[in-house]
Amino acid sequence: MTESWNGPGNFIALWTDATTAYALYQPGRLVSTPIAENAYPALANPAAAWFQRLAHDTNGHIATGAADTRPAIEHFTAPDGTSAWPDFPAPSGEGEHHVSVGPIHAAIIEPGNFRFLLLGEQVLKLEARLGYSHKGTLALMRGKSPRLAARFAARISGDSTIAHSLAFAHAAEAALGLIPPPRATHLRAVMAEMERLANHASDIGAIAGDAGFAFLDSRLSWHRESLCTAAHAAFGHRLMMDIVIPGGVAGDIKTNGPAAIRAAIDALETELPSLTRIFEDYAGLQDRLIGTGTIPPALAEAYAATGVVGRASGQKQDARLTPGYPPYGTLALISPVEQEGDVAARIRIRLAEIAESIRMIRDLLATLPDTEIALAPPSGTGIGIGVAESFRGPVWVWLTLESGTISDIFVADPSTIHWPLLEYAATTGILADFPLINKSINPSYSGVDL
Amino acid sequence: MVWKTIARHLLSPLPAPRQADPAIAAALTARLKAAGAQKLGRSLAVRHVAAGSCNGCELELRATQNLIYDLTQYGLTFTPSPRHADVLLITGVAARNMLVAVREARAAMPDPVLTIAVGDCAVDGGVFKSSPVITGGAESILPIDLVISGCPPTPAQIIEGLLALLEAHG
Repeated sequence: MTESWNGPGNFIALWTDATTAYALYQPGRLVSTPIAENAYPALANPAAAWFQRLAHDTNGHIATGAADTRPAIEHFTAPDGTSAWPDFPAPSGEGEHHVSVGPIHAAIIEPGNFRFLLLGEQVLKLEARLGYSHKGTLALMRGKSPRLAARFAARISGDSTIAHSLAFAHAAEAALGLIPPPRATHLRAVMAEMERLANHASDIGAIAGDAGFAFLDSRLSWHRESLCTAAHAAFGHRLMMDIVIPGGVAGDIKTNGPAAIRAAIDALETELPSLTRIFEDYAGLQDRLIGTGTIPPALAEAYAATGVVGRASGQKQDARLTPGYPPYGTLALISPVEQEGDVAARIRIRLAEIAESIRMIRDLLATLPDTEIALAPPSGTGIGIGVAESFRGPVWVWLTLESGTISDIFVADPSTIHWPLLEYAATTGILADFPLINKSINPSYSGVDL
Repeated sequence: MVWKTIARHLLSPLPAPRQADPAIAAALTARLKAAGAQKLGRSLAVRHVAAGSCNGCELELRATQNLIYDLTQYGLTFTPSPRHADVLLITGVAARNMLVAVREARAAMPDPVLTIAVGDCAVDGGVFKSSPVITGGAESILPIDLVISGCPPTPAQIIEGLLALLEAHG
């Protein structure tokens, strides 16, 4: 049991229910071990730490032998309502000092508390304390039908609402043995790739903006806006929330939708080469990006890093290909991989993915099958695992259905594995590089606070 | 070189530049004039605090600053410091873990302070309403002057709401 509990295979997620601890490995292999006296054996994989902390805070289960037992969500448990930073002793050496940022950040972003230990400008250590966005989402999804719970899945991380809705729908459909109609899977992929385009454009621009390059930020946020407007014209919502539902999609693409989407992606495709050239040609910008926040492939492999972060550090994993889901099998998707692992590599991955997404959206819109768009989920019982590749990486959902309602569910956003890598990457540079490193990884807060 | 590219952008016409809905833009400009210099007097600085959102509202708040909506044309800016802020803008469900931080941000702001709840979650908890780990809506933390509902509200709705606040309280 212990051997299979610890792998083999790349770790994806860990969670517990009342009686059992579960670990999920690529490409979707579920192993379990019973919980005895409120405890289960900790996993050796370093990426499991956050999941084990979360299981402790939400279910009270102890991972025996875990090195990291800090709270994930329940911080303010001291009698006076404060919380200690047990892992963050006072600066000891000469010239060392702390900088604490948050939970309210300077920009318009989600809350989290970052504590830096610095020597001069060099970051020696970063600890990200999360949980400030904890909304009890998983608890709210239990006891609801898949269709009702889909509204929560769509709001686990708003910037990847399609990917979360899709992973949730895949899990519910797997549990019920439901195969959504081809037009639905096509439309889902159009929305998923639109979401990827909007976020990649926005992320690349934001990195440039943080390096003082307002022009790229302005142009790329203009494109993000065009994509959101096109999404509204095509699907009635700028972020396309609540449209992907278990069984299919809630509404068909509007008559003028394909034209609106094509106009937005045409404009992005037209301007992208000149924007890319600015990135590549401007030495002052490249100087900020190359060799900054490097995550070596070996570390990315140890954490089984996924998505943009993994692919920029030599990890090939892309859930659209492995395990894969319709309609990507027919789209000849090429998922780019780089080895350098720095901020510049993560930008290059995003740029390459933008080109692929544009191509696939065109293919999808040209070949929309003429079928119905949704099947009603039957009231069934079963266990399902679903995955969808968000712009960050794979979102995994595990759920159990009993007579048509969700009896238990767990959702793993790729950010869960990216946060510790951000903590590492921050220590490769000076504090002033942190905004660039942070934006290039861009982990979700709400996605892990659950 | 970057200068060449920028020059090319400046000189060559872009493919069909998009604009904010001209009707909305005209209406907002007219209202801004009506609210006028005596009410606005100076620019209004907004401090945003995310109190347990899904980050959807943050995306749309950021979009108010893009080239299409260009929030600053109305004299409205986001500020990193609560000490410089006239408006406290709250998104999210009022997560229990953010209560202390929201109160501290409010306490750091110079009076008078206008407060806005943006998004359905900040209005009353939204879809998360019955969760035991939230207090449910910005009003559960402090009195709110204006709510802008929507999940998330669009950038145009957010700007409209901010201008409505100016008109009412200028």
